[in-house]
Amino acid sequence: MSDHLLVATRKGLFTLERKRSGWTANLIGFAGIPVTNALRDNGTIYTALKHGHFGPKLHRSDDDGESWRALAPPAFPADAAGAPSLFQIWSLDTGGRHHPDRLWIGAIPAGLFRSDDRGESWQFVASLWNVPERARWFGGGYDAAGIHSVSPDPRDADRVFIAISCGGVWETRDDGASWSVLGKGLFAPYVPPEQAEDSAIQDPHRVVRCAAAPDVMWMQHHAGIYRSADAGAHWTRLSLPCDDFGFAVVAHPRDAQTAWFVPAIKDEIRMPRDGAFGVTRTNDGGKTWQVMREGLPQRDAYDLIYRHGLDVDESGERLAMGSTTGALWTSENSGARWQLVNAHLPPIYAVRFV
Amino acid sequence: MAEVHFTSHLRNLVPDGPLSASGATVGEALTNLLAVQPHVRGYVLDDRGALRQHVCIFADGERLSRDSALSRRIGPDSKLYIMQALSGG
Repeated sequence: MSDHLLVATRKGLFTLERKRSGWTANLIGFAGIPVTNALRDNGTIYTALKHGHFGPKLHRSDDDGESWRALAPPAFPADAAGAPSLFQIWSLDTGGRHHPDRLWIGAIPAGLFRSDDRGESWQFVASLWNVPERARWFGGGYDAAGIHSVSPDPRDADRVFIAISCGGVWETRDDGASWSVLGKGLFAPYVPPEQAEDSAIQDPHRVVRCAAAPDVMWMQHHAGIYRSADAGAHWTRLSLPCDDFGFAVVAHPRDAQTAWFVPAIKDEIRMPRDGAFGVTRTNDGGKTWQVMREGLPQRDAYDLIYRHGLDVDESGERLAMGSTTGALWTSENSGARWQLVNAHLPPIYAVRFV
Repeated sequence: MAEVHFTSHLRNLVPDGPLSASGATVGEALTNLLAVQPHVRGYVLDDRGALRQHVCIFADGERLSRDSALSRRIGPDSKLYIMQALSGG
């Protein structure tokens, strides 16, 4: 199990370390500055910042936060259609096992950027920006559309899956030279009815895949929870006994039938029903669900877990989640019971086992 | 008369089911509609009469850009959808 966690918050980057006495949180950098995401890869921590006045920035540390070095953040090229400016680095992911020096950034506006030198330089993926369907994308969560999920296929060096709010789910099979929109079966009740099945306007809040069975993907959509067994081509909406609105989802790393979500009342309310906070889990591919509440507040709780605010470690046993109200919990037994680590952190954007 | 649908997020302000509004543009139709539903005005338009930043209008299936939405010409059989942007969290 992983004993370390990165926690990206509204006011700095924290690490959590599990010691004999339990988990302890430490602020390791960027006090007071919004950290929109963070990643530890091959001994390096990458931290994406969004200064309130001074825009998005990117830093790296090779000594676990003792010292930091600023990297040039990705930028839209001057000739990119629409003359966009980088508003936020939303997702930060590795290139997967085929590309050990590669990093991916998903941005707002919905630009995709690739580095093949561990963040020293960034290439704009113009082929995605130039798809004609982009004219139909629109903002979800922010004013402009954004990329929050980037998932390289562990079986195929040239295949990468991404998800856009609100622009649907997309795949390249030629290492980014061209892109296809996927997502048959998704349904958007927030547009005029004749457009509800348009793949390019769907709002997948977050999409993850099972590491051991990469064709199995789970999606928390703006309107419902979906599963795909063919790497995102077709999706089935799952029926839950509780609210099926939310942002976060994680997949069990080995068991393709198991995933976790964090429900809230849809979509204009976005808080736990009756102030009682829970996590939902299925162990059978979405046929049945458990709502797990032990250790979580069951009254007066208004916590919401953002897209990157829930993680599971390589064991599939240990989970962590951080909320918009600055509470952070861990579980040692697949979510059956939770322990509060800290109730007073800044609002949490992302947690990640390292 | 154009048919006007409002987002369910405004259901406690606007009756369920489409409303009707006359006008040669989206802005005229909205003005006429909001004259009889004045309590909705501040939810759709800002204090300067511009479309609110997180309100989006579809006319006959086309999502209108915020800058030009109100001047978009419509016909008597047009269908308007007044939707919210999926912002927040």
